[in-house]
Amino acid sequence: MLEKALVGDKKYWTWVGFLLVVIGIGFIAYLRQLANGLTVTGLSRDVTWGFYIAQFTFLVGVAASAVMVVLPYYLHNYKAFGKLTILGEFVAISSVIMCMLFIFVDMGQPFRIMNVILHPTPNSLMFWDMFVLSGYLVLNVLISRITLDSERKGIAPPGWIKPIILLSIPWAISIHTVTAFLYSGLAARAFWMTAVLAPRFLASAFASGPALLILIVFVIRKYTRFDPGKEPVQKLAEIVTYAMAFNIFLILMEVFTVLYSSIPEHIEHFQFLFLGLHGNNTLVPWMWTSVILAILALILLINPKTRRNESVLGVACVAVFASIWIDKGLGMVVTGFTPSPLGAVTKYWPTWNELLIAIGVYAIGFLMVTVFYKITLSLRGEISAPAKIEEKARVGSTV
Amino acid sequence: MGIDRRKFLTIAGLTAASVIGRKALGDSLSVAPESNLLPEENRLIGHRWAMVVDLRKCKEQHNCTKCIDACNAVHNIPQFDNPKDEVKWIWKEHFKEAFPNQEKEYILEGLLETPITVMCNHCDNPPCVRVCPTQATWKREDGIVMMDMHRCIGCRYCVAACPYGSRSFNWRDPRPFIKEINKDYPTRTRGVVEKCNFCAERLARGQMPACVEACEEKALIFGDLEDPDSEVRALLRENFAIRRKPNLGTNPEVYYIV
Repeated sequence: MLEKALVGDKKYWTWVGFLLVVIGIGFIAYLRQLANGLTVTGLSRDVTWGFYIAQFTFLVGVAASAVMVVLPYYLHNYKAFGKLTILGEFVAISSVIMCMLFIFVDMGQPFRIMNVILHPTPNSLMFWDMFVLSGYLVLNVLISRITLDSERKGIAPPGWIKPIILLSIPWAISIHTVTAFLYSGLAARAFWMTAVLAPRFLASAFASGPALLILIVFVIRKYTRFDPGKEPVQKLAEIVTYAMAFNIFLILMEVFTVLYSSIPEHIEHFQFLFLGLHGNNTLVPWMWTSVILAILALILLINPKTRRNESVLGVACVAVFASIWIDKGLGMVVTGFTPSPLGAVTKYWPTWNELLIAIGVYAIGFLMVTVFYKITLSLRGEISAPAKIEEKARVGSTV
Repeated sequence: MGIDRRKFLTIAGLTAASVIGRKALGDSLSVAPESNLLPEENRLIGHRWAMVVDLRKCKEQHNCTKCIDACNAVHNIPQFDNPKDEVKWIWKEHFKEAFPNQEKEYILEGLLETPITVMCNHCDNPPCVRVCPTQATWKREDGIVMMDMHRCIGCRYCVAACPYGSRSFNWRDPRPFIKEINKDYPTRTRGVVEKCNFCAERLARGQMPACVEACEEKALIFGDLEDPDSEVRALLRENFAIRRKPNLGTNPEVYYIV
């Protein structure tokens, strides 16, 4: 099947070539980090996790969100998602691999990574996170491989894959729950130590993931003959709406508990996020942007008129995705470390080297999605551009 | 082809057997006595090692850093110009940072300005040990929380879990930043976490921790908590002492006499 990814038009190869260049730059940046140590990042003794781990956390959500198309299709037999499930699964596979790469590039001794398997430590949540993430990867690779193969042969998927698909549903929930436990089990970090963290993670995942999928549908609809129709897009939009509303609700719960109880070490983190603390206001403009985007998205999504308008929906989805990316990909991790348990407020901002590595990892993810989608759409014969089809149709009608 | 399946399996089997055999043999051979690795006869044995810091004496000796200097010298602790890369085993903190939950207004006037000597607390219930995914950090039977720098993968989860900021990460190669290398203690490599080890290597040689030995004022007292006749127990019996963040249930074993 892979040969389908090796034939393509100029646009396809330009895009793939661009991604390969970005990956190459990221790789060179990584070699630099390998040679000098993590000192090339903006991280420090007080802020020991930053951009890499934040991207990992965010992408676990994107990976988990595949469940939002798999669940209605397989559990409720919602047929309109038929064409989308495999696209969702491919986003999940790419996201999980990006998650693993982000952990890898964050390690001080990456060549010792096998120690996690050689010395399994059930009392560490990192062990369980590795377990659920790799399990989820295996499940999704297996499911997409088998269903795609059946699609190619024009037969129904074998019966034994059904229970595996059903297993992938709670498994998707588990990856984000365990990732939240990674943080919420630490007494040292008041910002993360909240029972609402796992539900919050899931709500934001189920908003950002489907929002991304809607945007992907819009993009491939423009460049290929693929079109799942209006109905599944609208259904996804409803899912985004509910999840985003719930996400905002949970954040407000957090804000109430912290502000009303007014325990200093809990409040300080929120001060740092939204007002700045001891002159450190690196995240303040970002967080307010996130808030405004969230409110804007919610208004556009809740109102049926704007939600049904696909171009407005596109704007709303970008707003949801950006808002949640800022919240998780920038705010979540660094704020746990600011202030430190000893009250130190240390500035952290990713360095260029760090950003290039992160962009490189994202490019690997985009490349995987591109190749997977190319294969799927080629198999379905949905690859040629709409302009050409219209032309053909016109020629056909005149003859 | 020159090799059929049966032949292949035979060769594969023999190779595996020879590898396993050699490993078993190698393991038995490596038991050869290497006396310098074994604990010495006169080593100090404790059931629950603990440290008492007498802040009254520290206060009298303003800004004395003998304990810190001794520790740095003995353990090859690098000195970086950039605080971002810092490695600290024992250092000084302001009172309100060391004891954020302690009542401070009016009650402890005078102490608030005193820099507090802090180090790893060698907690009885250490969160760093709980979170480590490779058991690179573990607790010994005598309560010392140890680090295996050869096992550490540098994930820094322990740093996130420690409520006392007691763990340092080697952001860069520490060796060029060590003033004078002490050949008796290994230098570290970049990418691993390290911290105070209560001088486990000195206890094994029958010596007191370097910081305790260096403190002429005897503001640092080290001993076995489970021995009722120990100096630390006597001090805790006769003085009021506090511990850092007792509310977290980590049971720190460094006590501060105020």
